[in-house]
Amino acid sequence: MLTYLANPARFMRWSGPPLVPLAVATALTLAAGLYLALAVAPPDYQQGESVRIMFVHVPAAIMAEGVYYVIAAASFVALVWRHPLAEIAAQAAAPLGAAFTLVCLVTGSLWGRPMWGTWWAWDARMTSVLVLFFLYLGYIALVNAFDDMSRGARAASVLALVGVVDLPIIKFSVDWWNTLHQPASILRAGGPTIDVTMLVPLAVMALGYVLLFVTLQLVRMRTALNVRKARALLLAAPSRRGGATAAGAPPDATPVLR
Amino acid sequence: MGPYRALLRRELLLAFRQGGEIGLALGFFVLAVVLFPLGVGPEPEMLRRIGAGIIWVAALLAAVLSLDRLFAADYADGGLDLLALSAMPLEGAVIAKCAAHWLTTGLPVVAISPFLGILVDLDRASIGRLALGLLLGTPALSLLGAIAAALTLGARRPGVLSSLIVLPLYVPVLIFGAGAVDMGIAGGGVRAHLLLLGAISLAALPLAPLAAAAALRQALD
Amino acid sequence: MTGDAAGDGLVADGLACRRGERLIFSGLDFALPAGGALLLTGANGSGKSSLLRLLATLLAPAAGALAWNGASVAPDPSRYRASLHHLGHLDAIKPALGVRETLASWAGLRGASTARVDGALAAFALDALADWPCRWLSAGQRRRLALARLLAAPAPLWLLDEPTAALDSDGERRLVAAIEAHRAAGGCVAIATHQVLPLAGAHTLSLEDFAPTAHERAAGDPLTEF
Repeated sequence: MLTYLANPARFMRWSGPPLVPLAVATALTLAAGLYLALAVAPPDYQQGESVRIMFVHVPAAIMAEGVYYVIAAASFVALVWRHPLAEIAAQAAAPLGAAFTLVCLVTGSLWGRPMWGTWWAWDARMTSVLVLFFLYLGYIALVNAFDDMSRGARAASVLALVGVVDLPIIKFSVDWWNTLHQPASILRAGGPTIDVTMLVPLAVMALGYVLLFVTLQLVRMRTALNVRKARALLLAAPSRRGGATAAGAPPDATPVLR
Repeated sequence: MGPYRALLRRELLLAFRQGGEIGLALGFFVLAVVLFPLGVGPEPEMLRRIGAGIIWVAALLAAVLSLDRLFAADYADGGLDLLALSAMPLEGAVIAKCAAHWLTTGLPVVAISPFLGILVDLDRASIGRLALGLLLGTPALSLLGAIAAALTLGARRPGVLSSLIVLPLYVPVLIFGAGAVDMGIAGGGVRAHLLLLGAISLAALPLAPLAAAAALRQALD
Repeated sequence: MTGDAAGDGLVADGLACRRGERLIFSGLDFALPAGGALLLTGANGSGKSSLLRLLATLLAPAAGALAWNGASVAPDPSRYRASLHHLGHLDAIKPALGVRETLASWAGLRGASTARVDGALAAFALDALADWPCRWLSAGQRRRLALARLLAAPAPLWLLDEPTAALDSDGERRLVAAIEAHRAAGGCVAIATHQVLPLAGAHTLSLEDFAPTAHERAAGDPLTEF
């Protein structure tokens, strides 16, 4: 099945039609989720209205980590089976994952402010997410650090796999660190028991985020393929540019389409 | 002379003949630690509390600065091809290089750490835990650093880039290493921290060379 | 002289090479028997260096197969690698090491003893400089030292990329002598060169014969086929 999907023509064919329905579904789900979160779910007896930030924060945290695992899986496929689309998928997902991570960090900060009076509390989860953010930044930086784009993609695939192996260790060590220095855990997602009135908006928001990710991911992958095609067409173009045929052209001439 | 010995011997010879390199990283390490009291004030009480953390962070930064000694020279002068065509697998060459790197970077850091412990007013037992932790953790720094050094060969700004890549990976080593000393000061159990440090280094020993060799093969391509 | 002299030699079948997103050559075949010499010619950028790196397994081919002494290279490349020497443009010389030290270190990396080091130095007129630090060497001397590697740790297949660069006529003479001795002992050699080398019975392979067509170039990247 993987090789079946590897064909870029096939991918472009089946990824085109669902885009609009996906976008609509994303918008509707997020709207429903926000309505449930803001209007229907009850305020927390401790935190008051500010608990509603949780409905934006927790799904973002789930996506932040989830997208990294997606990138790692795509990188694994890219390295082991040399599946050409897998690298494209991994690179497309990275900024999306970084964005979810940033949303998680910012909303976490906003959530903590009314409770603790500070914009940042070094609790275990927030610190893990912060380190995850740097893992994303490192990945994106590595992809873009080479003049040869394919080298950057392959290097980043290795980095993603190293990161995914280290991620549980990092989380474990940050939890450990947190219990050393701050015995009371602060921001627990909904507490030890999540009331069903909290669970439904949370699930809807999570679903909306997943749909958002899938939509944007497909858009980014299609765009990336189009850019590559445009660049290839430019390189193979007849020598209008004064004798600069493909044989003599610099191997990585990037047209301004970027 | 087997290939591992040949490579290790060559790396050590180079490090000692270009002795300034070992001295530079060490000098940075000491300077970084010295800057902290200048920044936060010299009260022994406070320095004792943050001392282990300071020294460990400085050790991480010194390790990161020395990463370009691992593969950059071979990449630039064509020596990487010779390593790929040598009688040992590329993973083995990575291990030999990491061993040389640790002997010339990690071990000096361990050796000088007691003196830095004095600068931040740590007691003798704490200094012992600090040095032992560094001894157990610095191999992991060399091994994980090798991955970052290999991945960034041929990149623009390889030094800064490998720092950005490797420092998140160093976080567990930092936490357990500094935690060992701080727990000791607080009177808690230290063994778990040290065991975890050792575990990380042991786990990195077979795994990091795999990733680094894969990255080196990409650089050769 | 060589332990396992090349039997059937090196056979290439339909090799193609891609660098970045560009197809450099495709459909390249040749047979290099024991005692043979193959001269690679072609303009700059035609892929001579890439082909040699591909033959040395430093590059993976985009297509095609390589066989050494009748056995395919792909399943067990390490045995094949032990049978070859690759000399690229760069000399891999560390300025802080001595001349003999460098050669002994290279021999050690190949798992060979240092018995042949002094002979190799003499063959390229470096024995007088054996104790010099490498930073004192001129460009031609560095090239000779790199060439001395070929004799210090024997291997039946030599892949040389512009070996005469920076060499004076004496150096070139010594190189040709070393190559002919190698071939007489059953070894084979592939050389990328712009210069005419007086090697008896050498075949020429022009890389421009295997340059991709404009269509192949445009279709080079499979991800753009939609």
